[in-house]
Amino acid sequence: MYVIIVGAGKVGWNLSRELIVRDQEVTLIESDHRRYRIVEEELEHVVQYGDATEMWVLERAGIQRADLVIAVTGDDEDNILICQVAKEKYGCKRIVARVNNPRNLDHFKLLGIQPAVSATDLILRLIEHEVPEYGLVQLLALEEEQLEIIEIEVGEGSEAAGSMVRDVPLPDGSLIISVLRDGAGFVPKADSSIRAGDQVLLILNPGLEDEITPRFAPSEVESSA
Amino acid sequence: MFILIVGAGRVGSAVARRALESGHTVSVLDSDPLSHERLDKDQTTTWEDAGGRFTVSTALEIDGLIEAGIEKADVFMAATSGDNTNLVISQIAQRRFDVPRIVVRVADPARAAWYAEQGLITICPTQKAIDMAEQVVLAD
Repeated sequence: MYVIIVGAGKVGWNLSRELIVRDQEVTLIESDHRRYRIVEEELEHVVQYGDATEMWVLERAGIQRADLVIAVTGDDEDNILICQVAKEKYGCKRIVARVNNPRNLDHFKLLGIQPAVSATDLILRLIEHEVPEYGLVQLLALEEEQLEIIEIEVGEGSEAAGSMVRDVPLPDGSLIISVLRDGAGFVPKADSSIRAGDQVLLILNPGLEDEITPRFAPSEVESSA
Repeated sequence: MFILIVGAGRVGSAVARRALESGHTVSVLDSDPLSHERLDKDQTTTWEDAGGRFTVSTALEIDGLIEAGIEKADVFMAATSGDNTNLVISQIAQRRFDVPRIVVRVADPARAAWYAEQGLITICPTQKAIDMAEQVVLAD
């Protein structure tokens, strides 16, 4: 696989190292000359100096044959445009963009730049994963494929608690794929039972969360809702 | 017409003033409050007294664009000093706010040409300078 990474900051530099270790062909592009000099001492010919928002710089790096373009500069406009040009002008199939300011995430979506990765979002998700009172945690969202995986805690006295998987009334387009109990996980069958306190992973079409959460909510919460 | 201009630099402020003088409604947005001075320079009345609007906000902030009136804009001009900012905000104006006419200043000729093919009206000062210089340099 040929990967072009733009931005030789901490993220871009380490990403390059990791991909090289995995025997991938990498070109790293950096527009700051001092930074380029530093990184070049280690990565040598892998790193190129230039502003990758300019088309000739991408072409010099071989954008026409790139399988993946990753834009991880500290500037959201740059990351958006680099990915947009890679995708729409050069037909690069796969792009990954870094979102520096989470408030800009909508702009990435609007212009079709997906996946867009925001460190703030990732850390927030980890916090949600560690703090179970949030109830529902989104683990993975495949926006183009219209699928997501969520984790949900089975509340005491909920409809799901004490039921077999097949008897939990779930909307079409959702499926229980895993149960986490006492620190271990297993893939349930239709007759596996679900207990209060379990963490259940579901795969679903986006938008079904509101139909699903009441099945797992503790009884008192459901009656007050 | 309602004209929204983002970036009160030399180009943005000059176009804004001329548009206001021609009787249009003009709103200017810039992240730098001091850029307002360019709108008042050599004028007998202040920008606001002459009927102009001015909003201080970064260009990428949706709330700022809305405050500046982007939802009612007939024309949107992106004239900040950054090509990348101009190209992103003009596409936001195009796709999110459906502004009928969008003009964007792009210094890089290659991208000015490509984004023009994608439906934006691009103005490339560099290309203009190249064309003019070529004419003068190569004149017999």
